[in-house]
This record gives sequence, C-alpha cells and structure tokens, in this order.
Amino acid sequence: MSTAVAPATAAPVADKLTKKQLIADHPTWCPGCGDFAVLAVFYKVLEKLQIPQEKIVVVAGIGCSSRFPYFMNTHSLHFIHGRALPLATGVSLSRPDVHVFVFGGDGDGFSIGGNHLNHAARKNIKLTYVIMDNFVYGLTKNQTSPTTPIGRKSKTDPIGAIDRPINPMKQLLASGATFIGRTHATQVKHMDELFTRAIEHDGFSVIECLSECTMFYPGAFDDGNPRKGGAFDVIDEKQHDVKDDVAAFKLADLPSPGKFGVFYQVNRPTKNELEQRWIDDSQAKLGGASQKDILKKRFEAMR
Amino acid sequence: MSAPAVSVPSSPSHTLRNAVIRLAGNSQDGIQSIGGFLGRLAGRTAHEVMTYMTIPSTISGGPSIFQVHLGSGEVLTAGDEADVLVAFYQHSYDSHISALRNGGICLYDSGEVNEIKNERGIHHFGIPLTAATVEALGGSARDRGKNMLVLGLICAVFGLDKEKLVTIVTRQFGKKDESVLRNALLAFDAGYAYQIGDLEKFAFEPGEAQEANRISTDGNQMLSLGLLAAGVRYGSAYPITPWSPIMETLRIELPKYGGIFVQAEDELAAISMAIGASFAGHLAITGSSGPGISLKQEALGYASMAELPLIVVNVQRGGPSTGLPTSVEQSDLMQAIYGSHGDTPRFVLAPKDVEDCFYIALEAGRIARKYSCPVIILSDQALSSRIEAFTEPDVDKHWVEPSLDLSPRGEEFRPYPLDKTTRHAPPGSKMAAGKYPHISGLEHDEWGHPSGNAKMHQEMTNKRRQKLLDAAAEFPLPEIHGESAGDALLIAWGSAWGPVKEATDRLRSEGYHIGAANMRHLHPMPNGLEKVFAGYKHVIAVEMNDSGAYGFGQLAMLLRARYADPKIKSVCKTDGLAFRVREIVTGVEKHLAGK
Repeated sequence: MSTAVAPATAAPVADKLTKKQLIADHPTWCPGCGDFAVLAVFYKVLEKLQIPQEKIVVVAGIGCSSRFPYFMNTHSLHFIHGRALPLATGVSLSRPDVHVFVFGGDGDGFSIGGNHLNHAARKNIKLTYVIMDNFVYGLTKNQTSPTTPIGRKSKTDPIGAIDRPINPMKQLLASGATFIGRTHATQVKHMDELFTRAIEHDGFSVIECLSECTMFYPGAFDDGNPRKGGAFDVIDEKQHDVKDDVAAFKLADLPSPGKFGVFYQVNRPTKNELEQRWIDDSQAKLGGASQKDILKKRFEAMR
Repeated sequence: MSAPAVSVPSSPSHTLRNAVIRLAGNSQDGIQSIGGFLGRLAGRTAHEVMTYMTIPSTISGGPSIFQVHLGSGEVLTAGDEADVLVAFYQHSYDSHISALRNGGICLYDSGEVNEIKNERGIHHFGIPLTAATVEALGGSARDRGKNMLVLGLICAVFGLDKEKLVTIVTRQFGKKDESVLRNALLAFDAGYAYQIGDLEKFAFEPGEAQEANRISTDGNQMLSLGLLAAGVRYGSAYPITPWSPIMETLRIELPKYGGIFVQAEDELAAISMAIGASFAGHLAITGSSGPGISLKQEALGYASMAELPLIVVNVQRGGPSTGLPTSVEQSDLMQAIYGSHGDTPRFVLAPKDVEDCFYIALEAGRIARKYSCPVIILSDQALSSRIEAFTEPDVDKHWVEPSLDLSPRGEEFRPYPLDKTTRHAPPGSKMAAGKYPHISGLEHDEWGHPSGNAKMHQEMTNKRRQKLLDAAAEFPLPEIHGESAGDALLIAWGSAWGPVKEATDRLRSEGYHIGAANMRHLHPMPNGLEKVFAGYKHVIAVEMNDSGAYGFGQLAMLLRARYADPKIKSVCKTDGLAFRVREIVTGVEKHLAGK
C-alpha cells in the first residue's frame, strides 16, 4: 500500500458538515475573552467551506489561545510551547489530503517559536496559521509578551515594558509568508472573510487577530473597535496592491490601531508541491521500479 | 639503511592471516579513500575488514588517520597495533610510530620525513611519495593523487587483487571528469610498479568461504538503508557530526520511495516535524548527535506522553557540550533512557556492529509500531564511519511495506484506552461515533481531554509504563560468546562489542573462564538476565563512558540498580578512542585479581 494520498480539495461531501458537529469541550477561557469569537467564526467558516470533518486538523502549542484544539471536534493535537508550526509542517508535508490549521498566541508565534515562523513561512508550507495576539502572557498570569507596548506594566516589568515590541506585520512580511492578514476579534464579519481567504490561499497563510485578554489587558484593542470609540480601518485593495511588499511595510508602520485586512498575498510554489515534484522526478528516473526493488538494486551496487 | 628480511607474521611463506595498516597524514590527503577502497576490496574477496579513522573537526586540514584491519578470519576490531605504518609527514611519523608494533614496517615519504628512529626492530622504507606522484602525473598535478600512489604500493606489497581494486577505483572515479580517473590510475600504477628496496612481498591467505553477495560499507549507510527497509518514509533533522551522513542519505533516497526528508531550521523543529508525520499516521524518524539530542528532549517527552511512534537516532560522539565532535564515546545511555522531564517511557536499542545497524533499524520500527512509543537507537561515531564487510541483507525477507491506516474507527475507539495499547486514528480517519480524538501532552483521560485527576495520572502512568514491562518479557536474552559460566561475564553494548569479543578470546587463551554478552536491548533490558549472571564470579560492563562518583559506568549503574548485585563491575574509559583489546584485558584482569 502506498502512503501517497491525493491533495486536499474543499469539495463538499455527502455528509454535510454542521457547526454543531465541530463543537467539543466548552472553552476554558475567561468570560469575555476575545478568543471565543475567533472560535465561533472558525466553526462558521468550516461549515461554510464544507471541509470534510475527518480532514480538518487543528494544531496548537502552549498558551490560552493554544487550548483551541480541545474545543474542536476534529483531529487535533495540543503540542509543546512554540513548536506548533514545525509539527504542523510534518503533518502538511506528509498528508497533502488534509487541511492543517494552527492556532496560537503572540508568545508561541513571536517569542519561543519565533524562528519556526520564519522558516515555515519562507518554505511556504501549505497551512493556515492564526496568531491570536493579546499583547500579554495570560496563561502564566500577566508577564510581558513580545508584542507588549513600551510602558505597559506587568509582573515582569513593574515599571512598564522597556523593550521595543515586535511589529507583527513587518515580521511576517520579512518572513516570506505568501498570505498575510490582520483582523480584530470584535469584527466577526471581517474575521470570517479573512479566514476564508486564508484557507483558500495555496501556501502559508497567516493572520494576526487582535484578541483581548479581559483578565490582564482589558481595553488593549479598543482603539480598533468602533463600538468603543475606535476606528476599524480596512485596507482598500483598490488602493493597496497586495503583491506590493514595500507598500505593505508602509501600512505596517501606521500607528495603533493601524490597518486591517490583507496586507500581502502572492503565489509561490509551496514546499509541498516542490517536494512532490522531486518525488515524481526521482521515481520517473527509476522507470516505475517497485520500492523493494529500488532497495535491492542499491545493495547490488554495494557488492 | 638496509632492512633484513621482514616477516610480518613469522611465517616462511610470508602468507598473512591478517594485517593492520595505519595511514597517517592530513585530512585533505584522501587517506580515507585509500581505506574505503581497501574495505570494498575486502568485501569482494571474501576477506574480513574493519576500519577506524580519526578526523579533525576542522573544515580542512589537520592530522588524520585511517586504519584498516584486513584479515582472512573474523576481524572484530580495527587492531590495537599496526603492522604497517604509512607516514605522510614528519608529524604523522612522530605521532604514530609508537602505534607500530615491534618489528613492523614503516613506509614514509622521504621528501617529508627527515628524522626516523631506528628502534624496536622497525623496518623503515623511505619512498618519495610526493615526488613520485608529481612525476607520475606531470607538472600541474602537484601532490594530489598521493593517496592513489600509496594504494598502488599497498596493493603490490600485499599481493592484493589488482584487477578488482582497479574496478572499484574506476567505479568511484568514473562518475567524475575523465581526467580525474586517468590521474588516479596513473598514480596507482606508479605506486604498484615502485620498487621498494628489499621489502618482501606478502600475500593474504584466501578468505574463508563466505556467502555470496558480500558488501562493505559503514554504519551510517546501513542504518539509513535499514530505515528504508523498515518502512520509514518521513523524517526531519538538522546537520551535526557524526549524524549528518544519515540525513544526507535519507534526503536523497526517500523521494525514490515516495517520501520526504526535511532539513529543519533547528533540532527542536526537526523532532517536531517528525512527530507531526507520526501523528499523521506514518512512522517517522529524526536523529542527531550529542548537543542536538539534548535539544530534542522536550519534544521527545511529548512523544512518550502522547504515545506516538517515533524513531530517534543518536550517533553518539565524545564529551559533554560541544565535546569531541569526531571522537567516540558511549556516554548518552542515561540520557537516552531518562533524558526528558517527568516519567517518559521510551525504548533504547544499540547496534553491535555495522551490519547490525540495518537490523536495529528494523527492530526499532517494529517496536515503535507495536508499542506506539519513541525508540532511540544509540549508534556511535565508531560505528558511523568504520567500514566492515558482511553478507548483504535479504531485502525480501525483511521488507516492511509502509502503511497508513485511515479506516473508519468504531464507537469503542479511544485514543488512550487504559486497558489496551494506544492505536491512534490519524487525520483522515472517520469516527463512527462522530467524536474525534485529541492528542495531548497535558495529562489526559482516555479521549485525550486534559485531566488533572490524581487517579487518572497514576493510571495513565501505569499504562505508559506497561509497554516497558511487556517488552522486557518479550525481548530475547543476549547470546553468550565463550563460556556460559566461570570467572567473568563481560557485557558490552554498541561498538564496544567487537573488542570485548576479542578480549574474551584472548583472556580464555590465557586460561580464564570468560563469557561475553552484547546488550542490544538496553531499555528495557530483557527479563531473566540474573539467570545468565548466576554462573559467573564477576559481571563486568565494558563501556566508553566515565565511572563517575561511584566508580561505575552507565550500564553498570543500571545493572546494579536492577540486580543489586555487588559482583557487577565496570571497565570504563573516555579517551575518545575505540577500545583496544589490551585495555579491556587489563581492566578485566584487575577485577579478577580482586583489585
């Protein structure tokens, strides 16, 4: 039996996928946590796209948002801190027939797992990654995160954060990701639209979703929430060419709350595709010899 | 200087049963390739061979040696002392003349070596290796090809099968530019035709009748090919010495088998990718050496906790931290068994020689699948690079067809049943009850839901431990070489087996009653070892690691912990070199004398 499986398609199947089927444990998040909305939208988008339930794979590392897999009634894996992307890479490359989703926070994505983000992105691994950014370490109860703004007090910065925070959009643009979006957990319709586009993108798609930690950093994203008097300013793609990374860098430089929407999107061959090409070429050269015969020939050559 | 008739063994016919040839030069002189050619020749002429090399861990340059032990009988070690030394430089001569046995032969480059010591009946022959090479190849060649000239010399002196040797050389260089092969053969012929004063010629006894299809190669190659036969199709790693050749081989070979090997950004990513492929339903592999294995520990613990099958190869090198990257040591045994935080059951196996690297990979695959658990293969630097000749494995017999079980799982399915071994349902499998499994590193219940319940943690710990207990009952006891009762049982693991076996023979020839056993299954150990130990006065673990605070090596510590038997002793060393037989003999004799 071959381990090769046909690539994934979002074609609807006979058994219709419903939101209800996707619900697992009740989330352990604090009341009012922005992550509830992200989860609800994700259920809705999966239902809309009718991805077969058994082909949905949800992976996460460690953090509040990384509890995500337990709330999904799909194949799911809760991994160690910072390594969700390489694990998801292993799934994506070895199983082109499944849809791989990674959820995590700013600590997983930009701190302990920062290097993995760069490499999964430049290799253009076929998967969708949602970074639920709350600008704080919530699970460990209020320490400074890599996106905490300067001056914000925490248990590890009692006089206020002194280190320059990461600019997630600039980081992602430099990483080589082929789909980069930014959204806000209070903007349900926008999240829906962005998640859908990210999933339909053939390559490494990544979204930063500002998701408020009501326990330790309430009001962090009010300036992007019109209901709290902020401005949710969506990128006009008639004005912004999503293929223009220099323009995207300029958008990323705007002061808080910045812009929301698709900053960047290009098509580049995925590693999944390039590896498959090498497999096909290698096997074509061997003229359809069985795997066992390939190994036998290899030994013969060593005699 | 004139040498009297030389007798490498004291046989009038100058027929040799075996010979140890040490080539000493710099790493860029291509002396490894001389050894490689001789190794392959031995495989094709029914002779036995074992090689040994040291290479500097610098990029290029620095002293390097390659030692070849060729013989007509069983060759178990690379040889304690050399019969022949080929010294390329003065520093090679100075460093290695002491490795030559009394009355041995030293061939040296007379253009490089100016001071020789006439001592211990050693026969010196100065040959202008560099000048003769330049002369043979013409002006622009400089001394590149000196190694081929030396190969020609050795071929003539030992009456090796020239035709076969030329075929091997041609196959090696034939892939390159035409002039490369021409120059190689020109230098070889010049060496073959060179008249070395009054050095007599020797001939090896014909090799003992061997089965057909003999091959000669190194441990890293055999481990890689074993993984392919074991049905491993996905893996990931990060380059590090001496592990890298395995990942290079798998990166090139796996696409032919429809698989993928990923060069990861770091060691943590490498094991994570492999675990991802295992979770996806494949048997995956990662590997590394020393520092890299330390970095993998957290994720390795995850694989134990989440009960995912995984093969982790550790080609052990010397020392802590960066240590001795190109030397041999066996100091990672405790790390292999206990390396992660928490109680993380995993299996640990060690191949005993180059041939066994193939079979250990098959065994690792079988165990990983059966117990859905990580399996660590402890190879070492000596096994990784030394060349041995042996019978080609029967691929038909050992082939494991890779499989991916996506069948729908019934209502009774649980990812972590307390009363059964875990059998995961990989992504793509439908769940009849409509309930999908969680794979988790948090302590969990049978469904994989997080559980902080005290009883559940105890029960899950019991469940994970049970794999080790079942395997200990299943694993075979080691075979005994030598006597099954007597003065001492020597216990080896990994590459120490060859010298231990030879030391056993030597001790027996001195009148001691000695047996030797090799531990392939290091964790868990097979049940019933106490019965094996019962007949001996001493049980001595021979290993290349430090005796530590309590005077015992790592395997000896484990054996003492398990059997609480004071007759278990250690012979340890950590000089970064493979065991010499006499080091073991001396160590054992000390214990036998009660010192």
